[in-house]
Amino acid sequence: MSDYIKENLNQDGIDRRGFLKCMAWAGTGALCLLQGGVLKSFALSDITRQNIGRLKGDLSFVQISDSHIGFNKAANTDVTGTLRQAIAKVNALPTPPSFVLHTGDLTHLSKAEEFDTLAESLKSLRTDQVFYVPGEHDVLNDNGEMFRERFGKSSLGEGWYSFDKNGAHFIGLVNVVNLKAGGLGNLGPEQLAWLKKDVANLKSSTPIVVFAHIPLWAVYPQWGWGTDDSEQALSFLKRFGSVTILNGHIHQTMQKIEGNITFHTAASTAFPQPQPGQGDSPGPMKVPDDTLRQVLGITDVNFVRGKHSLAIVDSTLA
Amino acid sequence: MQNKKWFLGAVLTVLAAVAAVVSMHPGLTAQAADQSGPAAVKIDNFSFGPETLTVAAGTTVTWTNNDDVPHTIVSDDKQFRSKALDTDEKFSYTFSKPGTYSYFCSVHPKMTAKIVVK
Repeated sequence: MSDYIKENLNQDGIDRRGFLKCMAWAGTGALCLLQGGVLKSFALSDITRQNIGRLKGDLSFVQISDSHIGFNKAANTDVTGTLRQAIAKVNALPTPPSFVLHTGDLTHLSKAEEFDTLAESLKSLRTDQVFYVPGEHDVLNDNGEMFRERFGKSSLGEGWYSFDKNGAHFIGLVNVVNLKAGGLGNLGPEQLAWLKKDVANLKSSTPIVVFAHIPLWAVYPQWGWGTDDSEQALSFLKRFGSVTILNGHIHQTMQKIEGNITFHTAASTAFPQPQPGQGDSPGPMKVPDDTLRQVLGITDVNFVRGKHSLAIVDSTLA
Repeated sequence: MQNKKWFLGAVLTVLAAVAAVVSMHPGLTAQAADQSGPAAVKIDNFSFGPETLTVAAGTTVTWTNNDDVPHTIVSDDKQFRSKALDTDEKFSYTFSKPGTYSYFCSVHPKMTAKIVVK
């Protein structure tokens, strides 16, 4: 699965030699570190041989995604149990993350009791704060009203917002409401106008982290794995030296680099989905019980301020 | 007499052939079925089947979700809209006026289909 990029095709001053092309099926994973303009990569299996302590930055946070509380079919009959295991994994990190991002599909059916179970479970996270954006499963019958009431009180519009941490600017976007027939994920003109304004006064050296549920790049449009107006959003971010886009939705880890923009999707804490086009549909995929935890996981992100350093580590629940 | 027997045999062969063709094309069977009362659309593997269903005015169409994930039935012009259907849940709508009704799943908008009412 791993593949090395042999030459630098983008004239962005970043040497990609040896960079692991992280089209990693969940269960493998990679660590990506940008240090002094040089991208370094390690397969997850190498991390034990590196001193992970040395990779710590000014800020570390964790992304979890697609918990689908309420799902109870063959692909995983105990999604609350696997969420608890993901939480244990986060709580076992050598440095507690400053905060946790949940990139949507907290619930399977947008039910109040499912939101309650999710909120109750995440109370045991050893972190200061949890930030959320909704997935399409969280906005099923009310356009996300219940979600925003519980998890997005201070958000704008359909639930978008931004905040600053340790010199980095974080932006939570919503691309799962008002979807159009035949289309993909959708941000909409109101949110795009807000985004443009939100980043207008930031220095180009400010590290940007965008998180949203559906990928903001065309992973596999045939299955709806992309966002119709993401190009516009990305056009506002092109001038920044370091942009990281974190998504969920596809229940597997994937990474792509485009100029200064790194796209990354996290594994689900609930069930895996097939690789693009490798199944009848993008629905839940049943794997043998003893391998389920190898295809679920969490994502740990580290920043080193001033060095443009960013390290993304996917780890499984196994 | 001999001629009549041959004719009957030919008719039966043609009927069998028609039945075989119809059974190979779900759209045709659906169309044949609507002549007599309610009509059905199944949701399997993130798609509506049949993709085009033709019914007589006054027919009630019932959708059933056979997937492990929720889907909705929303007409493009918002004339009808279901709640999210969980596995095995159903939604029905009666089409009283002729026309073409395009609809999609608002959760997975790549899923599109239509009902043609004659």
